Amino acid sequence: MRLLEIRNLHVCLPEGSERAHAVEAVDLDLAPNEILCIVGESGSGKSLTARAVMGLLPKPHVRVVDGTIEMDGEDLVSASDARMRDIRGSAISMIFQEPMTALNPVMSIGDQIDEVFRFHVSMGRRERRERALALLEDVHLPDPEYIMRAYPHELSGGQRQRAMIAMALALDPKILIADEPTTALDVTTQAQILKLIKEMQAAHNTGVLFITHDFGVVADIADRVAVMQFGKLVETGTADEVLNNPRHPYTQALIAAVPSLTPRPPRGQSAQPVLQIDSLIKTFRSGGGILGFGGGERIVKAVDDVTLELRRGETLGIVGESGSGKSTVARCIVRLVDADSGRILLNGTDLNGLGRAEMRPFRSSIQMMFQDPFASLNPRTRVGKIIMQGPLLQGVPATEAQAKARELLSIVGLDDRAYDRFPHEFSGGQRQRIGIARALALDPDVLVADEPVSALDVSIQAQILKLLDEIRERMSLSMIFITHDLRVAAQVCDRLAVMRNGEIVETGATAEVFKDPQASYTKELLAAVPGQNWRSA
Amino acid sequence: MRNFWQLYKRNRSAVAGLIILVVVVVVAAIAPILFPQDPFSLAGLAMSPPGENGFLLGSDSLGRDVAAGIAHGAKTSLLIGLLATIVAVGFGTIMGGLAGYFGGKIDDLLMRTTEMFQTIPSFVFAILLVAILKPSINSIVIAIAVVSWPAVARLVRGEFLSLKNREFVQACHTLGMSDIRIMLGEILPNCLSPIIVIGSLMVATAILIESGLAFLGLGDPNIMSWGFQVGAGRTLLRSAWWVVTFPGIAILITVLAINLVGEGLNDALNPRLRERQ
Repeated sequence: MRLLEIRNLHVCLPEGSERAHAVEAVDLDLAPNEILCIVGESGSGKSLTARAVMGLLPKPHVRVVDGTIEMDGEDLVSASDARMRDIRGSAISMIFQEPMTALNPVMSIGDQIDEVFRFHVSMGRRERRERALALLEDVHLPDPEYIMRAYPHELSGGQRQRAMIAMALALDPKILIADEPTTALDVTTQAQILKLIKEMQAAHNTGVLFITHDFGVVADIADRVAVMQFGKLVETGTADEVLNNPRHPYTQALIAAVPSLTPRPPRGQSAQPVLQIDSLIKTFRSGGGILGFGGGERIVKAVDDVTLELRRGETLGIVGESGSGKSTVARCIVRLVDADSGRILLNGTDLNGLGRAEMRPFRSSIQMMFQDPFASLNPRTRVGKIIMQGPLLQGVPATEAQAKARELLSIVGLDDRAYDRFPHEFSGGQRQRIGIARALALDPDVLVADEPVSALDVSIQAQILKLLDEIRERMSLSMIFITHDLRVAAQVCDRLAVMRNGEIVETGATAEVFKDPQASYTKELLAAVPGQNWRSA
Repeated sequence: MRNFWQLYKRNRSAVAGLIILVVVVVVAAIAPILFPQDPFSLAGLAMSPPGENGFLLGSDSLGRDVAAGIAHGAKTSLLIGLLATIVAVGFGTIMGGLAGYFGGKIDDLLMRTTEMFQTIPSFVFAILLVAILKPSINSIVIAIAVVSWPAVARLVRGEFLSLKNREFVQACHTLGMSDIRIMLGEILPNCLSPIIVIGSLMVATAILIESGLAFLGLGDPNIMSWGFQVGAGRTLLRSAWWVVTFPGIAILITVLAINLVGEGLNDALNPRLRERQ
């Protein structure tokens, strides 16, 4: 028996878009008690397929132009708006990527769950409340009474996602659509949420349409997998078939691009330190206001007595979950943030405490690469000028800086024509290459890379990591590589420092940390990496 | 540039506004050719209705040509509107930029100052300033600028606040760029669009304030303006309606046109609104 049948689905895009159809000729089936993962990179049409099922396409420019979506024999494409409203939330429900924006910030969790009941079934007040409490209990939220009264901002990301799941499952839907539900979560929370979704799905016999870009997650959760590229379905099959024996070249390429969890072989390295960080402390204060109005002051210890050493030619990874202080360490090192105390020794000179002017000569030896390829380049400045800026500020003559910028463009694998273009004309991966070129323009000794690949699709990610590796070799760079992704860390870093709550809980050679983690937190992190039983060899 | 015109063109009423505005500018420019005489001079019979005694739009109680007044007044209105806006936008941008970029104490100081200006009703404040400074074109420009800059400062502060934490600005810090260059070269170009939009709308407000001041007799006595014409003719509203009506319509149409242009600029320059149509 089939729960959902999608036949020959076409979703059009507004005129003048890159392609005519966001989704083209897609056929999918979903059976009860089955998890179907739709995998693809950004722009593959996976999210729009899910939204088409929900009837939530951004009409009128994006709409279903051909094909059928049948749920238990009822066509959802031609269903009236009133009927769709009826179906949404009761027969089909959805959980979203970012629970903070998917929940209404000015309504308590209890009221939001209550709404689902009020709109779809007639039930007494007390009964609704009991059902809501039971739901919160089911998704293993601690203290359901408190959660009922809480507002979304009072919960952690994982708790919010649990509340979302409780809401989605309130009326026992036949189909649950999950659109990247764990992408915004930390890896340990992700593991818990995946487990919860699986558990709930089994208990309620739900068919789950799970959308993700992460093959690790697929390996952990999927019964069947559908791979999409440019709006078309390239391959479908059972999880085992697709993951371990992919037939389509695109699927093969995608899976090959997933970084392996087996650490890279160690490289020979010198013991000479380039950068030493000595008991670095940084606290953030917020609230307080002038004259003490506006409530109490909040003090957060973002970096708590961190000591690190970067040796010449090595790549040191700093891994940790969000809020662990890893980015703050990076910002302290490049002096974007002033540390409260501690020393940052670059080739023996303490950078901490240097004024802006005193710092300037050292800027060229330590450069940074940023996470967001869309925010890290000035949209109004031409690429050539972006790369030249650094050398020009250091007093390099204009013609020399120009020649250097062109040379760097070719080193990072971009066309010479890129020189006169604006950043918006490039894709995310290309922009990240421009960011690398900008950082390299000053011939730095140390490159601090803050999550440089986490905003990129997996195939692009592999290219950028390869490029970084080549450049590191070629320019004998020492690198501090900050990431939350242990797979990436395994492939890039010679040594690892694991951070939690502003403190370093463990440091060591990558292979050793992976093989024999000492701290319990490191063990927890490693255990939470999705898909580790798949391709663990 | 062509791209910008494509976006602007989509808003029909903004194009209409632009055409009206061009007509007003042309009239202001060729006023000395159309009406070579001083607009204050007595051109003929007093209180002539429109179309009679050689007056296109009639004459007022002293026999001054209303049409000549409107043509010459157009120059005054546009000039004051533009000058006051340039001063207000310039000053507001500096204050807002410094407050937003540096934050902390400087932000507190500058923003509390801005709020002090905002607590006084702007028109009353403008009257007060002109009365103290003696009515002249300079004092009117200063008065309008003084009451208009806080809005710009607030807007620019907000833009600077959000842009200064963007990664491209931080990248400039890591290159060792100075604060001034970051502010002028990196952040300011990225917040020009809203500044242009608020500036264009401010020209309309400035023209209204100027007309209001002239209506109350606080205009420059040596310069013809629309507000002055309305003020001078208001006692004659029932016996000679044309004296107040035509300058009034001129104010209405010009302010409307500028607002439409401002709206059109907003649609064309604001990327978030582009998808709306």
